[in-house]
Order: sequence, then C-alpha cells, then structure tokens
Amino acid sequence: MPANRFNGHTSHGIGIGLRVPHYAHILDQKPVVGWFEIISENFMVDGGRPLEILDRILEQYHVVQHGVSMYLGSADRPDRAHLKKLKQLVRRTRTPWVSDHLCWGSVDGTYSHDLLPMPYTFAAAKRTAEKIRQVSDYLGVPVCVENVSSYAEFHVSEMTEWEFLTEVVERADCGILLDVNNIYVSSKNHGFDPYDYLNGVPAERVGQMHVAGHTKFEKYILDTHDHPVLDPVWQLYAHATRRCGVTATLLEWDDKIPSFDEVHNEALKANEFIADAGEDFNRKIGKVGKNPDSPSRSSRPSC
Amino acid sequence: MKSTADLRAFQRVMMGALVRPLGSATEAGAGFIKPNSRLTALERLEIYHRMYWFRLIDSVTDDSPGLAFLLGEAKFDRLVRAYLGKYPSRSFTLRNLCSRLPQFIREEPRWTSPRTALAWDVARFEWAQTVAYDGEERPLLSPAEIAGVPPARLRLALQPCLSLLALDFPVDDFVMAVKKRNTLRDEASNAREAGGRAGRRAKRVAPPRRGRVYLAVYRLGGRLHYLRLELGGFRILEAIRAGRSLARAIAAGGRLRPAQVEEWFATWMKFGWFCRTPL
Repeated sequence: MPANRFNGHTSHGIGIGLRVPHYAHILDQKPVVGWFEIISENFMVDGGRPLEILDRILEQYHVVQHGVSMYLGSADRPDRAHLKKLKQLVRRTRTPWVSDHLCWGSVDGTYSHDLLPMPYTFAAAKRTAEKIRQVSDYLGVPVCVENVSSYAEFHVSEMTEWEFLTEVVERADCGILLDVNNIYVSSKNHGFDPYDYLNGVPAERVGQMHVAGHTKFEKYILDTHDHPVLDPVWQLYAHATRRCGVTATLLEWDDKIPSFDEVHNEALKANEFIADAGEDFNRKIGKVGKNPDSPSRSSRPSC
Repeated sequence: MKSTADLRAFQRVMMGALVRPLGSATEAGAGFIKPNSRLTALERLEIYHRMYWFRLIDSVTDDSPGLAFLLGEAKFDRLVRAYLGKYPSRSFTLRNLCSRLPQFIREEPRWTSPRTALAWDVARFEWAQTVAYDGEERPLLSPAEIAGVPPARLRLALQPCLSLLALDFPVDDFVMAVKKRNTLRDEASNAREAGGRAGRRAKRVAPPRRGRVYLAVYRLGGRLHYLRLELGGFRILEAIRAGRSLARAIAAGGRLRPAQVEEWFATWMKFGWFCRTPL
C-alpha cells in the first residue's frame, strides 16, 4: 500500500541506504533523494561522529530506521538495553516506522550477527508475534518485519515461508518490509515459485520494499548486496507493486559500494518498473482518474 | 516444536553448530536441516557456519589493524579464532566485539608469544580508539560550576570517551604508522588497478622498542586524538577517574610545580576532558 498505518501514512518514494563512503558527497552536494534508510545499530551509540553525521542528514532528509539485530524470532525476551537505545534513536530520527528481520540470531545472550532462518512452526510464529507486539508497544512506532534470504530449511517446519510470514504479521498486527531480492534468492535456494510467495503475502500490510543485488554460486545464491539489481528481481518487484501498490522502496548496496550517483541511479530504475504497476493497482482499487492522492509517478517525491 | 522452550532448544543446538571452531566436524544441527538436490544438510549448515566466522573475523580485523600487522596474517587469524571461541559476541553490535581482546591476550599469552606485552598494549590502544570514536560525551564542566568549591571537597569527572593508558611500548606512533601504510597500500592497489604506479610509497613499519608511555586517547571536534602525558599528569587524571577529590588527585601526582599543574588543567579543560558528574 502506498501510505498505510504500517509506514506511518507516508509516501517516501525511492530511497537508498545511508552508507559511510557517501557521507561527504551527501553533505557537500545535497543530492535530491526520497529518503535514506539507516542501519539502526550503527547509530545506537553514545556519541561521536556517527550521531553528528546523522543529525546533519536529518536536517535535510527523511530517514527511516532498519535494524539488523533485534532478532524478533529468537526465543529470548527482547533485550531491554537494546530497546532503550533503539527508542532513543527513534526519538532522534522521528522515523515513521522501524523495520527489522523475521529471523533469529541470538540465544542466551550470545549473538551470531547473522539473520538466521526460522523454523516455520505455529509455536515460533506465536512467540515471534508476541515479541513484535512488545517491541512496537515500547517504541511507539509501527514495526515492519522483513523476510530474509535463506540457505537452509528445517524438517520441523509446518508451513511455507510466506504462510509463516502471514501468520506472524496477522498475529502481531504489524507491517511487512517485503524484500523482493530475498524472495528471489530463497526461491532459487529452496525451489519454490517466487510468484507464489508474492501472491501469498497480505498485500495490505506491505509498508516498504527492498531490492538488491545477489551473487550466484554453483550450488546456491547468496544475498550479497554488492551488485546492481538483476532483471528477474526487477520483474518480481514490478509484480509486487502491482499487487501491493507503489510503496516506499529502498535499494540495498552494502559491499563493493560504488559512487553515490551509481547507487542512486540504480535505485531510480525502480521507476521504470512501477509506472505501469501503479496504474494497474489504481485500476484495481478504482482510483485512476479520481483521486488526486493516488500513487502516480507525479505524486511521489522527486527522486 | 510445540513451545517457546522447544524453539529455545532448537536455537541452542543451531548456535552451538555455528560457533564451533572453523574446520571442526559436527553433525549437531545438521539433523534439523533438509537437504536439497544440490546440497546436503551439512553443506547447508556450513554456509552459515563459515559466514559466522568470516563476518566476525573481518570485524575484529577491521578494528585491529595494528595488532593484525604486528602478528602477521596467520598468527592473527589463530588469535582471533581462539578469542571468539572463548568470548563470542555478547552484544547486539559488532562495535563491542573487541572489548575483551586485551583481557584475552593477558589470559592466554600463547597466541601472541613472544610479543604478548606489545600485543596487549596495541590491543588496549585500539580498543581505546573505538571508545573515543563513539563513546559517551557528557556536557562539559564550566569553571563557573566549580568556582568556590574547596579542592578537598571538589570531585571532577572525566569524559567516558576518554581513555588513560599506561603503556610499555609507544604503540601510538606504531599503530598510526600501520594505518598510514594500509591507506597507502590501498591507494596503491587502486592505482595499480587503474594502471598507476603508486605502490612504492607504502613503507615497512618496524614494531616499537620498549619504552614507557602514558597516553590519553580522546575525541575532540568529532575526531580521534591522542596525547602523551607526563607521569605526574597521568597519575592526577587516574586519581580523578577513581573519584578522588581534586586535592587528593593533585597529591597523587607527586612533587609537582604548581605552575605545571595549572598548565595541565588549562590544557585538559580546553580539550573538554572534564564533564559534569551524572545525576
């Protein structure tokens, strides 16, 4: 959905991740960008240059927080110290929503710093949804959970990944950060149809999308975020926007990071794939030619 | 899997499989994983196992350029694996991954022998840089706030992002030389890729000879700085950090000229090292 309760009723358009190699360019050139996504943990510090840079960025741009270590699927209770720091950052950035991953990565206080796949069971979905509710209540902003790319599936799973995602977000009443590249990567690693996945998620809960590049190895695909977006992922993205509407979209490029302009131009390619999709979506919900607030290309922030 | 307890048990087994030493064999965890037509269950587990180790080793390496240079690639790699084996990450952020590395070097000197003392100093200095980079900086103490308080009752506080180090080796110059060398090497590498010939500028860096150094590592204007201190000044600052009154802290500095002490305090105030005590 273009603007909904899961993304704070915003229409941020197309953004990119805020990354260190681009700081000087952004601060000096002040390029027009729809929004920046920050990795929350990089700014959950007590002081210094990270926060100084962030404050300067906040003077000019919309910023949305994306976390990598809340581990909503871990059996452990949410870490209060982590939540407290995250809330301090939420107050600083005034982020309309926060996102983190539908995964686990810590147990008994030991952290893997990886996004580990969940066993798709009802018990895991129930526990995860409880944690998401606790986190959202504490932070006071909507939470969107992101599907991760994975390289393993578990015998104990009782449903598909998209059924599990649906079970969790319905129970938690939260949003979805739909990572189209992750769907593609996992579909190749596990042999499912990525369009079945897209068609299976509750479209009305999608508050944001991610696109990214990946790397193909002989026996599996790795989610590396070090390449431009591949065409099959753009095609999936186009389908996702037809189903869900045109929503806040972010290109992730985290390794072998090229110039700011190259990253930004790659992100803006999304416009080529959502132009038709947006019209299809509007036609479906009867908005074409009627509603000036419809998510047409001209209504999005220039980017 | 019917409960949170089952989920926790599953996650404990999987975490155990991830953090086991690189190259060690195990079937634990693989029993949970489905194979596919291209990969066995164990091979799928190994993808995560290797990613765990490579990510954490990369992170320690990024934060420890001086230690990595001092020990050399193979020895440093063995140290990091042993360190992470004993002290896996207990923080949500990789920023804290090296916090116990100096302690580990003292506890298990075999990984750094025969340069354990130097390695310990380098590790402490590099951790102090992390603390200075993004550690807490409290509101500055103004002279007006302490005017009129007798030195015997006055207790000052040092900025949390300021570290005081008593070192047996002048590792400050060494680590900075290594960083400069690495920067030049990276530039040379880029230049070579672009057809340039800049590689000759990256010089060799010799490990420092033993020599007592007292150091303050701090942040000023958003940038990292370090300052060598005289022993008297170092002792005063340590006493302040320990919560002594100003009078007792100055006494801890030994027999010093009042003008010297006054000059030090003026410099430390200028650098913003004194802050308000937390409420």
